[in-house]
Amino acid sequence: MSTTSTLWLLWAVSTAAGAAVLLAGMVCGGGVRAHLLIGKTTSGHHQIELACEACHSKPFGGGGVLQAACLRCHAEELKQAKDTHPAKKFTDPRNADRLAKLDATQCVTCHREHKPEITHAMGVTLPTDYCALCHSDIGTERPSHAGLAFDTCASAGCHNYHDNRALYEDFLTKHTHDPDLKPKAIAKLRVAVNEPAEKRKPLGRADADAPPAKLGDAAAVEAWLATEHAKAGVNCSGCHAPKKAEAASPEPIWIEKPGPAVCATCHAHEVKTFAQGKHGMRLAANLASSRAGLLGLFKEQPLAPMRPELARLPMSKAAHGHDLGCTSCHGAHKFDAVTAQVDGCLGCHADEHSKAYLGSPHHKLWQAERAGSGPQGSGVSCATCHMPRQPIEDENGLDRVLANHNQNDNLRPSEKMIRSVCADCHGLGFTLDSLADAALVRRSFSGRATVRVQSIDWALKRLQAQRRATQ
Amino acid sequence: MPSMPSLSSKPAKPLTLACAAGAMVLLTGAKGLEPKDVADMLHAVMSADRTVYTKQVVNRLTLKEKVITASEHFEDNKALPLPAQMFRFGAELAAEQSKKFSYSLLSLWPVNKQNAPRTDAEKKGLEFVAANKGQNFYTEEKLGNQRYFTAVYADTAVAQACVTCHNDHKDSPRRDFKMNDVLGGVVIRIPITE
Ligand code: HEC
Repeated sequence: MSTTSTLWLLWAVSTAAGAAVLLAGMVCGGGVRAHLLIGKTTSGHHQIELACEACHSKPFGGGGVLQAACLRCHAEELKQAKDTHPAKKFTDPRNADRLAKLDATQCVTCHREHKPEITHAMGVTLPTDYCALCHSDIGTERPSHAGLAFDTCASAGCHNYHDNRALYEDFLTKHTHDPDLKPKAIAKLRVAVNEPAEKRKPLGRADADAPPAKLGDAAAVEAWLATEHAKAGVNCSGCHAPKKAEAASPEPIWIEKPGPAVCATCHAHEVKTFAQGKHGMRLAANLASSRAGLLGLFKEQPLAPMRPELARLPMSKAAHGHDLGCTSCHGAHKFDAVTAQVDGCLGCHADEHSKAYLGSPHHKLWQAERAGSGPQGSGVSCATCHMPRQPIEDENGLDRVLANHNQNDNLRPSEKMIRSVCADCHGLGFTLDSLADAALVRRSFSGRATVRVQSIDWALKRLQAQRRATQ
Repeated sequence: MPSMPSLSSKPAKPLTLACAAGAMVLLTGAKGLEPKDVADMLHAVMSADRTVYTKQVVNRLTLKEKVITASEHFEDNKALPLPAQMFRFGAELAAEQSKKFSYSLLSLWPVNKQNAPRTDAEKKGLEFVAANKGQNFYTEEKLGNQRYFTAVYADTAVAQACVTCHNDHKDSPRRDFKMNDVLGGVVIRIPITE
């Protein structure tokens, strides 16, 4: 063979091999995948960016496949947010001209992934004055809005595209006379304990059913005895050997460190919401960085749990390397909900807002409640705001009050927090101003807002003008 | 009026809404039904349901027995959904199930500015039904790349509740409505081939 043809052959073979590696990385996954990303993902999705199939569930799927993927994770929250621009509002043919300008029936029209250079707050990839595409004449209907820049609709604390539960006009005028601090400033309390399906008798030291070798851990046994678990009849095997009934003895089926799946047996809602938020989203069902394939060359590789060093927010160095699960915050055996509400968070989170919490008015209230000088529910922990207790409808259509472990649920835009959290203690005007003051948020609400959101004043003025006109 | 193209007689998806179900029987059963007939039938069911809800639920409970109010923020205010909301929720649900027709409730004097006419046909139709009591308006229009048979029917104040609420609502641009006045119109669209 001549040198030229050898070179050609070499070129062909290496090109084919390269293509095969890339294709395998795309389809099956593995180490190559990280280098195949077509652009930095948003902070909403970066944790699961290597589980390509989470969104690209079919290799050649177009818009429909992506839309279905968005809705798989986000449909429920949009419904709960009483989405003011749901796709179904736009399907009527009378909106054809609007859809030609902006296809509001598709999430990716506004939220394109892998486009860091055009991604704004909330993962919006349109120019931020997009409201003008449909509402450019708002100034004629509402003189107060004449001349306002269209990139301020959503950035000044007045409107959101999806969630306006605390921002609509009648709500604003109804809360005109709210005091800054409500006379009974109490956060929603735990009203129901997570009762096991069948009631069992409380357990004592002699009842512990761990194998003898394990019972040597006196601290673990003492911690367990003090918990609701022991009181509710949940024995060692309840968590460490959940398949006990199917085995002759606990040893062979003993799980040293039970994971969220075991906790979910009783705490289904908590684990479900944990897997929806930033702490547990990598553990959500069916996310894998590698799929079994190519004759066993690729193995199924579910995403590993989140670790603090992978976060985009500042995290404390000491926390690096730690896999996030239920026990990260709740501790094993002790399951102390109090520790989980502040210390659990500050063990990792080292950003300005988190660090400023210590010593803030909210923290002082928390300390007072812990010390017994403040009434129950008057303390404000990290979890009070970021994992609030909420009424959750059970299978019988009745509400139970449970902690929402999806810390993201009311986080952005921050007005999502108004009704689920702030309104327990604060009036609407005070809340709107405080949330709109970025420096105050960074200081963890030490001090007063220096920003004034006009919504309530304008809504009230409009109402008064309308009343005068009809008299 | 232009000649009516006839509808295809492919069986429709099963529909749960009473009005849509009624139409389906006819769509699948009778060949060569004109879009105008289908629109008239759809409207008969819509308007009957709307009148029943307004008279038997809203008017009775809010004005006569005074046990509850009706409000657009019915969840927050623990109130009854407005007749217009009942109508729109139904239209949205029907649209999820069938692309064979769509409908909306509009007005020249809209409380909700999104309910103002947006197409020429809507504007002409609303003006026509307001000026010609008892008559409907039929036309064709092209929206996007699709032609539609478009019918507009008067929406009249069939109960005192309609009048009271529209005259008193803070966002209402007109406050001199009386019983049996035309408050707006129902627009029904059926996609047709050219
Ligand atoms: C309790 C108040 C109330 C009652 C009763 C009521 N409406 Fe309305 N109506 C409204 C409001 C508010 C809207 C706007 C709702 C929306 O689109 O969100 C509306 C919308 C409409 C519209 C669409 C145009 C517009 O104004 O936005 C028509 C037409 C209409 N109503 C006619 C009627 C008729 C006819 C009745 C009686 C059968 C009636 N309404 C009863 C409050 C009421």
